[in-house]
Amino acid sequence: MNVPLLDIQHLSVDFVTRKGTVRAIDDISLAVDKGETLGIVGESGSGKSVTSYAVMRILDRAGRIAGGKITYGGMPLHKAREKDMQDIRGREISMIFQNPRAALNPIRRIGQQVADVLIEHNQAIRSNAREKSIEMLKAVKIRDPEQRYSAYPFELSGGMCQRVVIAIALACRPRLLIADEPTTGLDVTTQKAVMDLIVELTREYNMSTVLITHDLGLAAAYCDRLVVMEKGKIIEANDSAELFHGPKQAYTRQLLQATPRRDSRVRDLLTPEARARAIALPEARNLGEPVLTVSNLCKQFGKPGAEGSHLAVEDLSFQIREGESLGLVGESGCGKSTTSAMIMRLLDNSSGKIEFLGEDIAPIPASKFASHPLRGKLQMVFQDPTDSLNPRWSAAQSIGDPIQRLTPKLGGKDREQRVIELAGLVGLPVHLLDRFPHQLSGGQKARVGIARAIALEPKLLILDEPTAALDVSVQAVVLNLLEDLKHRLGMSYLFISHDLNVVRLLCDRIMVMQNGVVVEEGDAGQLLDAPATDYTRTLLAAIPHPPETQGASAGETV
Amino acid sequence: MPPMLDKLRKVALRLLQAVPTVFGILVVCFLLTRALPGDPAAYFAGPMADAESIEEVRKSLGLDKPLPMQFVNYVGDLVQGDLGMAVSTGQPVISELARRLPASLELTLGALLVSFVIAVPLGVLAATRPNTWVDHICRFLVTAGVSLPIFFTGLALMYVFYYLLGWAPAPMGRLDMMYLPPETVTGFLTIDAIIAGEWEVLGAALAQLALPLITLALFTLAPIARMTRAAMLQTLGSDFVRTARAAGLSSRRVLITYAFRNALLPVVTTLGMVFSFLLGANVLVEKVFAWPGIGSFAVEALVVSDYAAVQGFVLSMAMLFVVLNLLIDVIYTLIDPRVGEAA
Amino acid sequence: MTSLSSSASQNLKGPPRTSYWQHLRHVASENPVTGLAFGLFALFVGMALFGPYLVPYDPLNTGVGPALQAPSAAHWFGTDHLGRDVFSRVVVATRLDLLISVSAVAISFVLGSIMGCFAGYFGGWTDRITGRLVDTIMAFPLFVLAMGIVAAAGNTVENIVYATAIINLPFYARMARAEVSIRRNAGFVQAARMSGNSELRVLFGHIFPNTLPPMMVQISLNMGWAILNAAGLSFIGLGVQPPSPEWGIMVAEGANFIISGEWWLVIFPGMALMLAVFTFNLIGDGLRDLVDPQRRT
Repeated sequence: MNVPLLDIQHLSVDFVTRKGTVRAIDDISLAVDKGETLGIVGESGSGKSVTSYAVMRILDRAGRIAGGKITYGGMPLHKAREKDMQDIRGREISMIFQNPRAALNPIRRIGQQVADVLIEHNQAIRSNAREKSIEMLKAVKIRDPEQRYSAYPFELSGGMCQRVVIAIALACRPRLLIADEPTTGLDVTTQKAVMDLIVELTREYNMSTVLITHDLGLAAAYCDRLVVMEKGKIIEANDSAELFHGPKQAYTRQLLQATPRRDSRVRDLLTPEARARAIALPEARNLGEPVLTVSNLCKQFGKPGAEGSHLAVEDLSFQIREGESLGLVGESGCGKSTTSAMIMRLLDNSSGKIEFLGEDIAPIPASKFASHPLRGKLQMVFQDPTDSLNPRWSAAQSIGDPIQRLTPKLGGKDREQRVIELAGLVGLPVHLLDRFPHQLSGGQKARVGIARAIALEPKLLILDEPTAALDVSVQAVVLNLLEDLKHRLGMSYLFISHDLNVVRLLCDRIMVMQNGVVVEEGDAGQLLDAPATDYTRTLLAAIPHPPETQGASAGETV
Repeated sequence: MPPMLDKLRKVALRLLQAVPTVFGILVVCFLLTRALPGDPAAYFAGPMADAESIEEVRKSLGLDKPLPMQFVNYVGDLVQGDLGMAVSTGQPVISELARRLPASLELTLGALLVSFVIAVPLGVLAATRPNTWVDHICRFLVTAGVSLPIFFTGLALMYVFYYLLGWAPAPMGRLDMMYLPPETVTGFLTIDAIIAGEWEVLGAALAQLALPLITLALFTLAPIARMTRAAMLQTLGSDFVRTARAAGLSSRRVLITYAFRNALLPVVTTLGMVFSFLLGANVLVEKVFAWPGIGSFAVEALVVSDYAAVQGFVLSMAMLFVVLNLLIDVIYTLIDPRVGEAA
Repeated sequence: MTSLSSSASQNLKGPPRTSYWQHLRHVASENPVTGLAFGLFALFVGMALFGPYLVPYDPLNTGVGPALQAPSAAHWFGTDHLGRDVFSRVVVATRLDLLISVSAVAISFVLGSIMGCFAGYFGGWTDRITGRLVDTIMAFPLFVLAMGIVAAAGNTVENIVYATAIINLPFYARMARAEVSIRRNAGFVQAARMSGNSELRVLFGHIFPNTLPPMMVQISLNMGWAILNAAGLSFIGLGVQPPSPEWGIMVAEGANFIISGEWWLVIFPGMALMLAVFTFNLIGDGLRDLVDPQRRT
């Protein structure tokens, strides 16, 4: 057996906070072999990023290594001097980060930033740094590298910025690359391009990689071996395929279960115990009258023809019937959020009709719709549960607000009763009702937001990426809650998301949008199994697919 | 567009943006001249005037015309450099101000330079070593600096260094009576003395300058150090500094090329506010130290209700401030590539 | 549905509750300086309210002792050139100094935040007008503008208040505008619109209360600055007229005697002034810690 390239033994990391010392990493051991790709997977707060910062010795001031050993190629990193670490970073071990745009110096030309690293590690001298830097930009497939050399980060897209970060990381041909959520926040097609680039280059340079991610699917698709972390501890470590086929620990099983895949149904995401208690979902769909009919909807930003003006939504028509769930899928900037804002009357449309319950609400200006009788029938669940709650209002006040505004006849007592009833409906323990948002967890905040949205028994609920900010296990619970509520209250959903796997779980029909236009529309199963357009096929192909688990329901293999 | 031309275009655009600001200043100054207590015509006619001569003055000053016309006349006069006569000295206000401006500028710019040279390194040190003695000193200076009434600091320094220790010369103007001022080139005594090679005079001028300059510098130190510290803390915690560290760049390079250059941007922005404080504080310091600048001129004019002089002072200070702000913005435009681009 | 609530209790447990008062106590105990600042604040308020009834001498009475006497048991802060008791004058001056700055800050806070709220929320012409007005005020060195206003409008205490209010206005307007416009399209604001709140109710019921914590910090820091400005104006002979006791004027009167060594005429009113400003600045910093969400863990 070879000596591993990176060997972590019994590592512990402490953080000093106002409430005393907190152990972020608790006695973990792992190793990375030469040429291997290791995935570290966990939900927020699991300590997966802290592990990598400890290896690089770039923990912030409050954090310190409390015990254990980190050995890289025979060198003890845990007690290396800062001066030696500077030689190791970038040259032996490199790191790339989440949020590539912020990861680059905003007022320095990108080529110079690559050249800085080359010069620092004696891979170039001033006279040939530019040339070598351009070579590196070419290696990460940046077009026109000569011109892009002098570009500033704000002139590049997020995906391009991540390529520059990769160029900086790989410029000195290190032997180990640590990628910390490298594609979080990027579109799915960009994610695939960036991940493929990382794989191609690390293979070419014969490097080892550590991929840190919250996305099990992504980790499984790209890693040889996986380590699952929770609350600073390693729960399970195994080969990717084996881990997926036979997870040994309950937490791993739960995590695998909760990760949506091509063939899962919404109940499959729950733990077996929760699934056993869940209400049965009706098999057959019985759709009623149309609730919403949108025809020829357009939104133009800026004056037509003027510089900077563009058509965000172009000639959009669709229908949602009673009890139906329609998915609206597309990458960032495709116009899906604009569409939802127009239907919600938060934004005035340029032209077109929006017929809701038989009335055309498009001519009613956004600022006047607040007092319209249909306001309560058309509600929305927001993307970020934290952002969507007034920080100074208790949960009960937030839930009660629409009732107080739109059914003023209801007295204080009755309103209180209704709030408690709603809390029960969304599974929010009653004693949490007088808490403020910062005293609630992400999942609890999501429940408050949902309770507020259904307070007036809406006919149509728009779900704008309702689980994008949540951990996967919380997402599983929230998605099931939404599915239950739909059947209980007879609502229709317009589900907006970038994630096809999530949309499939809740939706009967799916529309795919690109550049303000619907490129494909159809029955959910059909559209995803046999896409008709290239764009949908590209989207589908970009989704990383984890291997099958035995625990999951049997479906066709990928 | 070639990069140099592009920069020039941005600078020109910024200069154009000053036009409405200058217009706003003119309107406010004009309104201030018309807001004199009682009837301006009666005021200018003097206490002995009868109704007829007041009317005459009203006509000759154009005060019988509608306000917009009066404004046009006012601006017309200004363009010709006519700020009225200073009652107290019998000289045109503009020449009084011009004569005294170098003294004020020498004091103000000197103080700014000194405080900048001390405050920026102090702020950087404090940010890189949080909760050490440097940080504590920085915090103390910052809080004390914004809390000290500047006229009180000046008097306290004067008591200690002039009355008790006798180190400083008597607080009477820019140069001790024993010395003849050097030949005027820039109007700044210290620089003129260097040009003339009169080292003794330079020493004497510096001795007079020291206390008022330190007083002003103590005051402006605080906002600059505070902003530098905060900006450095922010850039040091930013993602791109983490990237630079993870790429193994040396501490020096991370600190200077990556953190400090970015931190300088907000510091340059706050300089505008610092100038505003500085020009105001300058008035108080000049009064305390009997410094013969435009500030003490304005204070003397206030005492004898010489309105034309006071208003000329307000207008010229505002214009000076506009120029300084423009300078800051031009510097900013040159060092930040993002200015003027759509985000 | 019960299934969901039970799973909530196992993996969706919220952090423990902490009340605002507990947090306040925590901040005060962790940072004794802030506690001291609140003590000083109480002292100044007490002096402003009860000072005139407690002082040993009438602050306006000349010749209560020999002129220009150094501090002694009879005259704690000494006497001035007219034989007035400096201690009594320093204490009694508190009321006038605080009154000027409190009224000035109150005016600028109310007007500035209303202007800023409308500008930040509605944008368009309200924003342009407010922006132009604020820019014009800020185009002047602020103390100089205050001098010009008082000189032109008349040398009275009310005009000092108005002038101080005008030069403070831009800070509140800009801050309110910034705080409102970052929240204008926040999720909770959209949700409030969707709950049937009118635009004005969204602005003043939902957004404005959330801007109050940073505004409180600004008010506190501004109070110190307002006191300094008012004292500076009276130091150069504007506003408050002798023989009224006021810190700025007392320092100005004492300034003539500093080069002959009668330090107490300047030091005591100057120290009182400094301490008052210091108190408000410390409270401001303490409040910043209190409301700063990053430090509130």
